[in-house]
This record gives sequence, C-alpha cells and structure tokens, in this order.
Amino acid sequence: MQKWGPKMSLLEVRNLYINLQTHDNVVQAVRGVSFSLEPKDTLAIVGESGSGKSMTVKGVMKLLPKSGRIDAGQVIFDGRDITNYSDRQMRGLNGSEISMIFQDPMTSLNPTMTIGKQIMEVLREHEKMSAHAMKERAMELLGLVGISSPEKRFDQYPHQLSGGMRQRVVIAIALACNPKVLVADEPTTALDVTIQAQILDLMKSLQSKINTSIILITHNLGVVANIANKVAVMYGGQIVESGTVDEIFYQTQHPYTLGLIASIPKIHDDSGTLKTIPGTPPDLIDPPKGCPFAPRCDRAMKVCHLYPPTYTQISDTHCSACWLQHPYAQQAAGEEGHHE
Amino acid sequence: MKKYILKRIVYLVITLLVIMTATFFLMHSLPGTPFDEDKISKLSVAQQQQIYAAYGLDQPLYVQYFKYLGNVFQGNFGTSTLYAGQAVRSILASRIVPSALVGIQAVLVGLIIGLILGVVAAYRHNTPLDYLTMIISVLGISVPNFVVAALLQYFFGLKWGLLPVAYWESYASSILPSLALSFGVIAQIARFVRTEMLTVLQQDYILMAKAKGLSPVKILMRHALRNSMLPVLTILGAITVNVLTGSLAVESIFSVPGIGSLFVDTIKANDYSTILGLTVFYSAFYVVVVLIIDILYCVIDPRIRLAPAKE
Amino acid sequence: MQNKELTKDLFVPSEAGVVEREKISRPTRSGFQDGWIRLKQNKGSVVALVILLILVALALLGPVFSQYNYYTTDYSAIFQAPNAQHWFGTDKFGRDEWARVWYGTRISLLIAVVAASLDLLVGVTYGSISSLLGGRVDAVMQRVIEVLIGIPNLIIVILLMMVMPAGIGTLIIAMSISGWVNMARLVRAEILKLKNQEFVLAARLLGTSNRQIILKHLIPNTMGVIVINTMFTIPSAIFTEAFLSFIGIGLQEPKASLGVLINSGFQVINSHAYLLFIPAVVIILIMVCFSILGDGLRDAFDPQMRI
Repeated sequence: MQKWGPKMSLLEVRNLYINLQTHDNVVQAVRGVSFSLEPKDTLAIVGESGSGKSMTVKGVMKLLPKSGRIDAGQVIFDGRDITNYSDRQMRGLNGSEISMIFQDPMTSLNPTMTIGKQIMEVLREHEKMSAHAMKERAMELLGLVGISSPEKRFDQYPHQLSGGMRQRVVIAIALACNPKVLVADEPTTALDVTIQAQILDLMKSLQSKINTSIILITHNLGVVANIANKVAVMYGGQIVESGTVDEIFYQTQHPYTLGLIASIPKIHDDSGTLKTIPGTPPDLIDPPKGCPFAPRCDRAMKVCHLYPPTYTQISDTHCSACWLQHPYAQQAAGEEGHHE
Repeated sequence: MKKYILKRIVYLVITLLVIMTATFFLMHSLPGTPFDEDKISKLSVAQQQQIYAAYGLDQPLYVQYFKYLGNVFQGNFGTSTLYAGQAVRSILASRIVPSALVGIQAVLVGLIIGLILGVVAAYRHNTPLDYLTMIISVLGISVPNFVVAALLQYFFGLKWGLLPVAYWESYASSILPSLALSFGVIAQIARFVRTEMLTVLQQDYILMAKAKGLSPVKILMRHALRNSMLPVLTILGAITVNVLTGSLAVESIFSVPGIGSLFVDTIKANDYSTILGLTVFYSAFYVVVVLIIDILYCVIDPRIRLAPAKE
Repeated sequence: MQNKELTKDLFVPSEAGVVEREKISRPTRSGFQDGWIRLKQNKGSVVALVILLILVALALLGPVFSQYNYYTTDYSAIFQAPNAQHWFGTDKFGRDEWARVWYGTRISLLIAVVAASLDLLVGVTYGSISSLLGGRVDAVMQRVIEVLIGIPNLIIVILLMMVMPAGIGTLIIAMSISGWVNMARLVRAEILKLKNQEFVLAARLLGTSNRQIILKHLIPNTMGVIVINTMFTIPSAIFTEAFLSFIGIGLQEPKASLGVLINSGFQVINSHAYLLFIPAVVIILIMVCFSILGDGLRDAFDPQMRI
C-alpha cells in the first residue's frame, strides 16, 4: 500500500498485530496497523475508546500490559528494527529517544516523590551528568514548560500542583533527554477545557524548539487540526483512513471519518442537536469478518459485511480502507446517478 | 495537624476514662470478695472489717471510684490480692520485660517476613510463590494463635525437644512464644502488602517509570515499595491488638512470666485491683500505640503531611 | 486476493447494518448472577463451602452415629486412643471424644452464628440510623463509635464474662456488645456513599419516596457489604469463644465447645496429644474455610472492597 523509498522514516510501523489475553478470551486489540513518522511530523491517531490507538503506541514502546503481546508486524525506529528488542535494549530507548506523556497527570506522577527527583530520575538514567548539572537541567526544563518559580516547585510533591501544572511536569520529564519521538496519549483529556488549549500550545511551541516528532493520540478530532500535519483514523483495531490534515478534513473518504467530523460540535450550527454515530464499536474478541464499521455504516453494502476492505490509495499520502472506493461501487453509484 | 493531634488526645483521654469507669463498676458488681471465701469466713467480723478497710473496700462505691481515679492518675493501681501485699504497679513492672521481649520480637519478625512475602507475591503474581504466600496468609489469619502455640509446643518442645517450652530461663525460651505470635502478624502484613503492591503496580506512575526506561528493580525500589508499604502503618493498630490479646494465651501456654499470663492468672483469681490495673494498662498501651501510628503516618506521607488542614 | 469472488451484485446497499447496529454482542447478566458465576469459578471457595457444609452436617448429625453422648463418663475406659468403639478415643473421664467434638462444634457454631446475627442486627440498625438521619444525630453517634473503637474488644468481653454467670448466653451477649461497631461503620459508610450516587439522586428527582429509596436502592446495594462482613464476623466469633474457653473463662466442663476441648487436650499434651489435635484440626478447618469463602464472596460480589 505504501512505497518504501530509499529515504528512511524516523519511525515505521508495519502491519502490527497486538493481542490481549483476558480471563478466558483473546482480544485482538490491534489488527494490522501500519504508519510512518518523519522527523518533525505530528501524527494524530484518532479513534474512540477501544479502537486500539493507545495499544498501538504502547506496543511500539513495549509498554503493553502483561496480558498483551505483539503477534506480528515490524517496528523500525531510526533505521533500527526494534521489533524484537529485549526489555533491556528497550530501556535504552524509552525515556531518551522515545518518550511518552500519559493521559491523567493526577495519576502518572509518583505521589511520594518530589517533582525535582522525578525529573532528575530520567536524566540520571540516560545522561552522564553531575548531580549539579542535573539539577540545573531540571530547573531549566521546569522553566521551559512554563512553570513559574522552578526552585520552589522543585521540592514540592505532585499533590501540591494543579492538574495543568502536573501535566507540564510530565511534559518536562518526557522532553528531558530531547527525544526524537514524543508520544502523547490523550494528554489533555483529563484536563479542564481552558487548560487543554494551553497544553496543546505548549507542545506545539516546544516541538519547534527541540525538533521532535509527535504522535498525538486523541479521540477528539477537533484538537487535531491545530497541531497535527498527518492524521490516522482508527476503528476496531485498524487504521481506516490516513492522510494529511487537509486530506482528512476536506477530501474525506471513509464514512467513519465523515461521522467523526460531523460530530464535532460547531459554534455556528443552529440545528440544536449534536450529531452522533449510532451503534457501538465492534467486539474485538470476535471481530466481524467484514469491515468493522459496516454494522454502523449508513452506506454499507453487502460486500462490507462479507469481506474486509482493502486499502485504496487516493493520493501519495492519502489512503482509505472502504469498499466505496472500489471501482464496482463507483460504477454502481454512477449508474444510480444515471437512472435519476 | 496540631489541631488534629490535640483532638486525638482528647479522644484518647475520654476513651481511657470510659474504660476505667466501666472496669471499675463492673468489677465491683461482682458477687463475693476477692478473698478466699473459706479462709475469710473463719475470721471474726472485726478481723474481716479490718482486712476490708486495709484494701479500702469498706467505703461507699463512689468514694472508692474517685479515690481509684485519683490514684490511677498518680500511676498507682492499688494492691494485689492474689500476690498479697504487692503493689500492682510493681508486679506490672516486674512482668513487663518478658512481655516486651516476646511482643517486640513477634512484631519485628512478622513485619520483616510479611513485607518480603507480600512484595515477592505481588511481584511474582500468579506464580507458585504467590500461591504459597496466599496459603501462608490464609492459615496465619485463620488459625487461632493459641492453637499455633499449642502445636509449636508439641512439636518443637515435646516431640523434637529443640526449644524450651515450660519454663523461662534464657533467651531461647522467648523464641517459641514469639514465633507463635508472629505467625498471625506475618499473615496480616503479607496479605496487606500483596494487595497494596498489586494495586500500586497497576498505577500510571509505574507505567510512566517504565516509559522513562527504568529497570524493574529500580521501579520496584524507587516507586513501588514506598507507595505500597506506607499504608502498612494503618494496620499496625490492628496488629497490636492481635499481639496484645494473643499474648494472654500464648504467654500462659509457654509459661512466660509476662503481663499476658498475669492477666489470665488474676482473672481466674478475681484479683480486682490487678485486673483493673491491667485493663487500664492494656487499653492505654493500645490507644497510645494507635495514636503514635496515626501521627507517624501523617509525618511520613507527604499527601497528608502537607495537605491543608481540613475539618 | 478475494477479488475473484467479488461480483457487482455485492456492491448494493445492505439493510443488515441498521438491524445489527444496536445489537449487544454479549449476553447481559445481573450483578448477582455475575457474582455467583464468579464465585463458582473460584475453586477454592467451592471447596471451602463443601467442607463447611460437611462440618455443619457432622456437627448436627455426628453424635447420632455414635452410641455415646458427650457427658456420660466411663472410668473403665479413660484416655483410650481412637479405635473402633470410640472413633476419636476418650478423654480423662472416659467420655467419647467423637460425640464431644461434634457437640462442641455445634455449640461453637451456634454461639458464633447467634453472635454474628446480633452484631448484624445492632450494627445495621445503628449504621443506617446514623447515616440516614445525618446531621447532629449522626455526629453524636459517630463520637460514641470513635470512643468504642479505641477499646480492644477482647478486654470488654473478658470483663463482661467475669461479671456475668458463665454460659452460652453470656458469651453471646458479651461478644455482641463489642462486636457490632465494625458493622455499624461499614453500613454507615456504604449508605453515605450510595446516598450521593447518581441513581439515588435520579430516583429522588423522579419523586420516589424515602421509603421506596431505602427499600429499592439502599438495602439491596448494602446487602453485599453486610453479607461479606458477616462472613468475617462468624469466624472471629468462633475464635473469641475458643479463646475465652481456652484461657478458662468461657464455657466450663462438662459442656463442650471447641475451645473447651482444645484446652483439656492441651492439659494432657504430653501423653494424649490426639485430644488436642482432633479439635484443633476441626477449628482450623472451620476458620480456614470461612476465611477462603469470605474472600471469595468479596472478590465475586464486591471487587472494589479490599480488607
């Protein structure tokens, strides 16, 4: 589906499958996901809860829960195939070259360790620095993420900071070693709306300062347009459509993406109702054999329930997994048009 | 914080007053006297009166009560009738060392082994080690300590002759009673730490530590241990009660000349003043321990220590 | 790949989607069914339940199988080791140990169940009054509890045992006087939690009467806590009884309870250890089974509740 030129991407994920073993079932959380990330890219992975977006990046960083396992696929980071990296090898990358921001800053910081120590911890792990230099760097980071009076905050505990402040600390930790890839797993979902914008702005400005690529995981297509240049829409453990921001918003191909865009609340909309996509996401213990979205799709055809759709390349950067892009469907639509 | 401690001390005093009052009146509602009925009935009425007067038993109840309260606040618990003529205070003092030795050993052994078992079980969740810990903790929690003590005595003392049981002479005599008491402590701590640790290991900050690239050992030492061991302080109160009450039976079984066996002996002998003294002593000890634990917890946990005062 | 099978007629709108849309993919079960299924999957709990049932059956019927009763002495047959006549042997008065053990188990269980029921009654009443009335009443009732919780239970029980005449009734009363506090706290906490939950607020908004809210929402949702706590009070009452009898202030001979039997077995531990072992094994089995079953129930019905 995508051509691999001589130019190596920073991060390439090819045909990734992840299974989760539950009490007596196997959940096929990620089913053949591929994407690539270039330097300075901001890729937004969009989808509702359970679509496998978070599992995908946790699989890349080998942070899967004990029950999770990569079943197939390949992960290539910076020219190295890290698919079969051991835990020890992975520890060298995590925190320094790839780092992660978690969803809820209220729980992602250790409650009994001071802010300063938590920042210095990652420096001590990956950088050869004197204790003094580490402290300097930690202060600098606190300043960088917009925390006032770093000296004071340095010795405070997480509970003494507000949610937005804590998320800034988490960002400081993630950026401490100038990572090549920053994974942000719903970094603003747990925050107040006013704080959300601040955090996103901060990430955007920091990205240009330290030249990092960002993978932003979100269920909110609304925040994507501001920050991302590439978008991958996930549904039922698969990427159903991917492309540049403009392609996704203005040349939307997949009915699910259309539904997501329609359900962004608009200020100037007078209809008074929120648009929704009826139905519930598929059960990934026993995934449907056809298109996972077919049962909820307004435009579903017989084929959609029978066979999984193949990817159709719309442009170099834009592709979609939907039978509607199949020539037969286009023909059928054309004929119908003629009848009318 | 200061306000909280003050409030707790007020409660402590009220609790102790309630205990002392209840104990006093309960003891004095008992039928009979604390003296041997056969011997006392042989004495003349005048002689009986004299003995009662010597123990202050001839005065009206409320006078005795206030006198008692006053004495207790001066650390004076009266005179024992079982150990004729000895002050309760000095009996207590002479008994405290063996009890303290056995009790402290039991709690220390229980804490150390319990912590190790709990951490290992959680860390190796759903492995044979975990199951073994679960079995030990179920047994330790459910098998009564006097049964454990009796079985230890039978096997280690009588059958295999490894350790002394029926007399108190050297340090070796303290081993079996300490073991008997520590079994329950091990179980309680192991089970509690295991549950705490399993919860902590699922916290986001553990995943965050992994994402920082920390090794499992560092994650355990720096992030998991402290957070799962702090709450152990909260069950130390319950453990104190278990060890205190357990000492009654265990000390009697192993003939430890401590406060527990003294309590059992005086109960059987209706020795009012000593029972009163012991009850107050036990309760005071317990209440003070719980208070210390609570204050300690506030001091150690930054979330409580630094939280703005509520209430 | 599958393109061969693709035909144009497959590319027509399908109606199936609309039907399947709101389909719930797995069967739904009520909380109780769910809990029951989880309990049944827990092998330990099932085994514990079976052993407990067998022990209860033996406590009720055991003496029937024997021609002896628990109090008849026979000085020609003292301290007999377990044999065909006396399955568990005889004690120092030649009394049949089989009969005594099962009679003793019956008494221990009886005391424990009655004491636990009294705890339940007093504790639930106190806890619900305190939480439902709230305000001043609640504050006063809580202060009382805070004072009581500071007193070691066993001390109260021992004092009461000394004052009242020895016997089963005394044991039960003494244990219940101190035992209800924990239940009261749990019930109060649970009701306070429920009172502020959305479904109760919703019911209130819909105009449901207080009586209905208590009957339909609060009681059913507090049941779990009550049942689970009772599963832990019964063994602790068995322990207390045995403990008191063991140190000599509970039941007295010739009455039998597990504590009395362990005590008299302990007296002759040098020569006739079976008199200690048999009742010890029975009490261990009972305690362990209750403990496992209690844990199983808690895990199955209230995964949130821990220790």
